[in-house]
Amino acid sequence: MMQEGLDDGPDFLSEEDRGPRAVNVDLQTDATLQVDISDALSERDKVKFTVHTKSTLPNFKQNEFSVVRQHEEFIWLHDSFVENEEYAGYIIPPAPPRPDFDASREKLQKLGEGEGSMTKEEFTKMKQELEAEYLAIFKKTVAMHEVFLCRVAAHPVLRKDLNFHVFLEYNQDLSVRGKNKKEKLEDFFKNVVKSADGVLVAGVKDVDDFFEHEKTFLLEYHNRVKDASAKSDRMIRAHKNAADDINRIASSLYVLGTQDNTDLCKYGPTCWAASRFFLKVSELFEKTRKIEARVAADEDLKLADLLKYYLRESQAAKDLLYRRSRALVDYENANKALDKARAKNRDVLQAETSQQLCCHKFEKISESAKQELIDFKTRRVAAFRKNLVELAELELKHAKGNLQLVHSCLVVLKGNT
Amino acid sequence: MADTARDPPPELSDFQEVQDGEDLFPEPSATLESGPASLPADNSTNSNGSKQDSLFDDDPEDLFAEATEEVSLDSPERDVLLSDGPSPAITPITPPCSLITPHMDMFTHSSFDEIEEEEGGDSFDMNISVSDPEKVGDGMHAYMAYKVSIKTSMSLFRTHEFSVKRRFSDFLGLHSKLASKYLHMGYIVPPAPEKSIVGMTKVKVGKEDQSSNEFLEKRRSALERYLMRTVQHPTLLKDPDVLQFLESSELPRAVSTQALSSAGILRMVNKAAEAVNKMTIKMNESDAWFEEKQQHFENLDVQLRKLHASVESLVCHRRELSVNTALFAKSAAMLGNSEDHTALSRALSQLAEVEEKMDQLHQDQAHADFYCFSELLGDYVRLLTAVKCVFDHRMKTWQKWQDGQIHLQKKREAEAKLQFNNKPEKLQQAKEDMREMEGKVQQGERDFELISKTIRREVSRFEKERVKDFKSIILKYLESLVLTQQKLIKYWDAFLPEAKAIS
Repeated sequence: MMQEGLDDGPDFLSEEDRGPRAVNVDLQTDATLQVDISDALSERDKVKFTVHTKSTLPNFKQNEFSVVRQHEEFIWLHDSFVENEEYAGYIIPPAPPRPDFDASREKLQKLGEGEGSMTKEEFTKMKQELEAEYLAIFKKTVAMHEVFLCRVAAHPVLRKDLNFHVFLEYNQDLSVRGKNKKEKLEDFFKNVVKSADGVLVAGVKDVDDFFEHEKTFLLEYHNRVKDASAKSDRMIRAHKNAADDINRIASSLYVLGTQDNTDLCKYGPTCWAASRFFLKVSELFEKTRKIEARVAADEDLKLADLLKYYLRESQAAKDLLYRRSRALVDYENANKALDKARAKNRDVLQAETSQQLCCHKFEKISESAKQELIDFKTRRVAAFRKNLVELAELELKHAKGNLQLVHSCLVVLKGNT
Repeated sequence: MADTARDPPPELSDFQEVQDGEDLFPEPSATLESGPASLPADNSTNSNGSKQDSLFDDDPEDLFAEATEEVSLDSPERDVLLSDGPSPAITPITPPCSLITPHMDMFTHSSFDEIEEEEGGDSFDMNISVSDPEKVGDGMHAYMAYKVSIKTSMSLFRTHEFSVKRRFSDFLGLHSKLASKYLHMGYIVPPAPEKSIVGMTKVKVGKEDQSSNEFLEKRRSALERYLMRTVQHPTLLKDPDVLQFLESSELPRAVSTQALSSAGILRMVNKAAEAVNKMTIKMNESDAWFEEKQQHFENLDVQLRKLHASVESLVCHRRELSVNTALFAKSAAMLGNSEDHTALSRALSQLAEVEEKMDQLHQDQAHADFYCFSELLGDYVRLLTAVKCVFDHRMKTWQKWQDGQIHLQKKREAEAKLQFNNKPEKLQQAKEDMREMEGKVQQGERDFELISKTIRREVSRFEKERVKDFKSIILKYLESLVLTQQKLIKYWDAFLPEAKAIS
């Protein structure tokens, strides 16, 4: 299978900096703790990320070190945050999606099978394209894993988490296995209960205006982001398909041009120029196609990925609100229990402590949640701004490039005829 | 000489399809060839005109140089040729019989320039447009009538601007007449647009939706291209059927073009028989030019079909892109509405607007892709079948000639035997038979040479037309691409400051 280093391959995404690949998040880089993924290797069915840390914090044995981690270990880290009651009041950075090369691998396999039925040039061209696609997916998954780590490192509380430090430093295998069937089933039921609960809890009207507003906003926003993300994906896929067609057209024109070359010579100089005409047009289509493919790829990065990321983040924010609402319900229930206990004059102390605990928990969550949601908005606005500006700039750049290509080709062609 | 050539044999009553392979040249047409008396006697021993190979490396000389008389619109001969049913397979008025002059005369023409498309001093200047489809009638008997408008300065026509109303079957009728008159002589007759039962039924039923509008537009455009191609052919332009089609206000209904008519079924049967015949003809090709050309057209056919398929796929995907972009635009607008940061909300709405404009752009581009590129390729794929047909006819002509020679040989042997056996009465008959056969063989050879020459000329013209067509279409297409990119730049330029304004 393919072994890919990050530095190989075409300059497909060369605009990206080598630093923290904060594509979708605007993060302050803090010298006390810097995390990035310096390398990645794609093996048969797993990807190995080299997590590189630079830190001045006393918690670590060294100032700079690297470990190798796999996707499951990222998920383990994320889940440990979610299950930690202490972090109930924070937006847990969404887990990176599983690296999915299945589609790309399938295409490569199909290409290999169909090798006999196409010309050598066609085969090489298609192979290059598929390899570029594979590389693009690869770079994306690396970026998403990196963003997760950067978010954790930038969070004032989460960065101190012990599991996080173990994740960064422990240079042996964490022996984290993926969830087996039983655990996956448990997860499924947990989710069902949670969403049912969520509906119940969502019905509870909140006293606090801020949170009430956030609840309605997030609910709607999340759904719309989901819709926009799906539609942008479809749009970009159609764009890629069109670029592929242009590729095939370029090949056909090339063959036509070379064929005609021999035959039309006999009909005089005007017709001989015709074959050069076809070859020039074929060349143009080849170049146009590359630009179209770049446009689709850039749209994918700047628009589709942005929307996907905020789909996950808005879900994480919703989860936070859910936890808060849950805590509120618990608090209210504790209040009722306390009243009942006082009325019956039994287990009052127990009820009191329980009520105090719930109150404290609720207030703690509310406080941090408020800040988290404000930060979320700031981050969101900054990310959208950055990406939309870059999207517009790239679209302009490509359109101008395309225009120049077609225009100069036209000038040449018209001059010849 | 010219006059005798003009007189079509008045008693020609045996209207026979070419495919019969029977005697195509009843007695009277022998007068067509009797003119030039200096026909060298040893012509019949020529092989496939190989003598002329070297001289036909460039285009054959202007064979119409001697044509000075134009077809007068009122000439009586025209009426005989205007027929409703299957046209008689006789040599039409044009080309003039100077074609049949002996090879010697040909060689003395020193100009081997490219074939001019001028005829009698009248250069080609004609513009045809097909427009305004109008529904006539009701229910399943309804049809669309198209307005055919002609603008020309050629003296061939009575007026300079005129128009007529025609329906689709009229076009098919025209094509079928032209095909039966000219294909077997080696002329590449442009094929008519295809029938579409589904499309037409929708229109008849009166569905006023997107797809039936598209269907009408597609058909209208195809009819226009068909007519332009037909009149651009110098020979076909002068054909009385074509002139009648363009000019006369009423046209007899071409019934035989209906798919399920008896003529239609006869056509299908004949096509099948032809296919079988084609497989069994093994021709001794002594002219490499034809073999080369056939191979070239085979290759071209494969490439054009592939290209056509790719362009159709592109059209499909661009349409898909346009639809998806519109959906995304709506979704982005909704997202912008629910976003509570005002500047970002505004920017998202702007993004939605840009995407909407992109959707329109993609639609327009798909339209250009299709009508410019895809339809042209489709036309040429169909034209190539006409070209192949013409080559096949040449093979059949050769076959006929060879068969004639075999028969002649038999007659000669019969005559010799009779002479040997001394049977004077039968001998006389045998001698007459032999002379008749000799005449036929000579005719067969001349036909073969004629069709070979015609094909060379036609192929040269076809190739030039093809190159010209492709060039002009591709240039037009590239210009549409330029426009698209310019608009793109405009839209994103307008959006950029909005995006930057988010704070």
